[in-house]
Amino acid sequence: MDSVLMDGHVTLKIFQRIFTDPTSNFPTAITNTLRVGFVVGILSTIIGLLFAYVEVYVRMNKIAGGLFKVVSMLPVVSPPFVLSLSMIMLFGKAGLITRFLLGIYDNDVYGYWGIVIVQTLTFFPVCYMMMKGLLKNIDPSLEEAARDMGASRMKVFTSVTLPLLLPGLGNAFLVTFIESIADFANPMIIGGNYNTLATTIYLQITSGYERENATAMAVVLLCITLAMFAVQKYYLESKTAATLTGKASRARMLIEDKSVTIPLTILCALAAIFVIGMYVCVPIGALFPTWGYKLTPLTFKWFGQVFQRYHGLKAFKDSFVLSLIAAPITALLSMIISYLVVKRKFKGKGFIEAVSMLAMAVPGTVLGVGYIRGYSQGLFHTGALSFLYNSAAILIIVFVVRSLPTGTRSGISALRQIDKSIEESAYDMGADSFKVFMTVTLPLIKDSFLSGLVTAFVRSITAISAIILLVTPSFLLITVQINEFAEKGAFSIACAFATILILITYGAVLLMNLVMKFFGTSRKLKEED
Amino acid sequence: MAKEKKGVRLEHISKIYQDPKTKKNFYAVKDTNLEIEPGSFVTLLGPSGCGKTTTLRMIAGFESPDEGEIYLGNEPINALTPNKRDTAMVFQSYALLPHYNIFDNVAYGLKIRKMPKDEIKRRVTDILALVGLEGMESRMTNQLSGGQQQRVALARALVMEPGVLLFDEPLSNLDAKLRVTMRTEIRRIQQRAGITAVYVTHDQSEAMALSDKIIVMEKGLVSQMGTPQEIYYHPKNKFVADFIGDANFLEGKMVRHEGDVGIVDINGTEVKVAEASNVADGADTTVVLRPESTMLRDEGYFPVEVVVSNFMGAYQLYHVMLGNVKLIIHEYNPKDKKIYGAGETAYIDFAPGDAHCI
Repeated sequence: MDSVLMDGHVTLKIFQRIFTDPTSNFPTAITNTLRVGFVVGILSTIIGLLFAYVEVYVRMNKIAGGLFKVVSMLPVVSPPFVLSLSMIMLFGKAGLITRFLLGIYDNDVYGYWGIVIVQTLTFFPVCYMMMKGLLKNIDPSLEEAARDMGASRMKVFTSVTLPLLLPGLGNAFLVTFIESIADFANPMIIGGNYNTLATTIYLQITSGYERENATAMAVVLLCITLAMFAVQKYYLESKTAATLTGKASRARMLIEDKSVTIPLTILCALAAIFVIGMYVCVPIGALFPTWGYKLTPLTFKWFGQVFQRYHGLKAFKDSFVLSLIAAPITALLSMIISYLVVKRKFKGKGFIEAVSMLAMAVPGTVLGVGYIRGYSQGLFHTGALSFLYNSAAILIIVFVVRSLPTGTRSGISALRQIDKSIEESAYDMGADSFKVFMTVTLPLIKDSFLSGLVTAFVRSITAISAIILLVTPSFLLITVQINEFAEKGAFSIACAFATILILITYGAVLLMNLVMKFFGTSRKLKEED
Repeated sequence: MAKEKKGVRLEHISKIYQDPKTKKNFYAVKDTNLEIEPGSFVTLLGPSGCGKTTTLRMIAGFESPDEGEIYLGNEPINALTPNKRDTAMVFQSYALLPHYNIFDNVAYGLKIRKMPKDEIKRRVTDILALVGLEGMESRMTNQLSGGQQQRVALARALVMEPGVLLFDEPLSNLDAKLRVTMRTEIRRIQQRAGITAVYVTHDQSEAMALSDKIIVMEKGLVSQMGTPQEIYYHPKNKFVADFIGDANFLEGKMVRHEGDVGIVDINGTEVKVAEASNVADGADTTVVLRPESTMLRDEGYFPVEVVVSNFMGAYQLYHVMLGNVKLIIHEYNPKDKKIYGAGETAYIDFAPGDAHCI
């Protein structure tokens, strides 16, 4: 809204300006962003499909299976920019591999290809999980029928499996595309001079103080993602549902032909090891005395410095406390919203559902800009609520808003799985609606609630794009710290921070699994199976 | 254990739904009047979409009628929510609470009534014994077979000692053998508890085996109401005759009555039908014949061509063509009878008492 307001007039001048002003580099940023998004989308989809196909169709040994699981877990627990860090540390000018193993001294990882590789590696697990779900839903008898009629495996794949997957592939592509163009941290760290929309907006605000420009750019970015999201949500998802009706009628005969399994498994395992290696690189990087120059003896001095010189404790405390406050609020809100959406009929229900889903498509940077414009001079320049700016509350609000859509989504799917007649039966036996909710609905969605809680926490504590614009010196957040050190080239410190962060998030996930094991509903059901 | 038995009365009940595609309103149930006697077992029978489940759910309170009033005993219950109604329902999916064990599932409603603990324990134990699940109190629901889950669902409804017990196709998820066992069981338990029961099904043999009274529904309307014998031997219309068992239809014209016996002209041949007082002289009519009452002989009313002749064990199955009308004939106990092969010609015969006009 601010983008069209200048000196109190409604105008499109700012849009005009950002497109024509050579100093803003805006048109370049758009093409850059789209180029990256497109390539990352395609690469991630292909790699994701490969992984999913191997997992669903090919008989694997246990080790390879374990690798796959780790790969699908990693992006959940790790902060968004970890791969950029390790990419620089492994393949950069002073990179472990480029310099010490290969003797190349001027390898440039910064820029277009850096971003593409890092983002692909970051986002392909999402595609992998999506494709896995779809592949599992294809009835094997369709493919068996094709085989029976004389088609080779390759022919079955191209003539049956692939056409069935096509809408799903489009879906995966768009999701990755949206994530890629909304991504801030990776282009920031590894982009070098290659600016994308998200980083340009950030630079406009932090160095140029061109808030109007930034706002207008944010609007453009938002339009792109929303358009993509609309296509994905309303066009592709309905098509996907149409092609993949029903469940697999029985288990699939896994491919055991060694000439197929061995190369595919090895290929994927290598890729998985590569990705895992990059993640592992971060904690190891924090142990070297000086990255790229002095590798031994391993030392904990950087971890020490984190706390002694760089207010590490305060950073962790701030991040931790804020996320800890945001998580239960998010989890509770998302359960309430999903309950209303699934179980109640009321006016504006479709609207609420649409908004909570659309919010997924809002890039963090756009959200950050929105909050700055909205609150720094009070709500829409009225001065109301201006105390929110520069307070903990605004950070918490941003955290909540950022993780609400995922929480709501999982809440909705959990509630939809409860057979309506289960609640009706309780109602029928004399329980009023509150009692039904407390004794039946809530216990049945407890697991989903718990995982929503942890997801919200993890998302909050690893968030960067939205809050980096909002954070003020009175708060130190880990992600912002990592970003600063990485920008300065102090990779060891950045790694030390990132390592501790990963430990925290991983700990949170472990704790969740533990709690679920002892208190979750699924425990009783599984245990006695 | 029976307290006051309650009847159910539906007066001019209608339920209107909107078709999600065409946005047109249609009647799921239209102007229905029903009287269900206290302590009786009544089945709502019909094909899917006939309004039987909607009717049941209106009695339970999950749907509210758009017109008319429902009475439980003498009390109008339209305004009551399901938890305030003296009804208990057995769901098609059983709807057992997956996070509770068997005992807690059955005790759920009693706990809500804030009954004393030892009373709850006594009642739950009694009822589990009645349905044959004693000793399984601490099992989780997913450790039970389909038939056992069915019994828990039944126990859970029975333990509430409701005025009316409602069944929503409770046996449709069981295999054929178990269905037969369970329906005998349900009937036995209902008789012992002396409870009023309303039972929805699309399986006519289930309806026959269980009910004191069957209500056949079609397209939101009650087609016929009566005992299983009345419904089978005297279907009021083609729909009921066809839906309950197999039926042969012969189109003709009523010539005259001789007392109660009607003389019907079918393709120029006059046939005798014992019960025909419902059709006036000169009117078009359809004669209904059950396959097992239709006989294939060397002489009779009409010549037919045999197209199918299969030995089924208990009977010989014939499909015969009368002009272009196909008739089905079951010749029971065929061992020492004359068997006609496909392609042969024979004659249709039947006793006047086995046919009736609609």
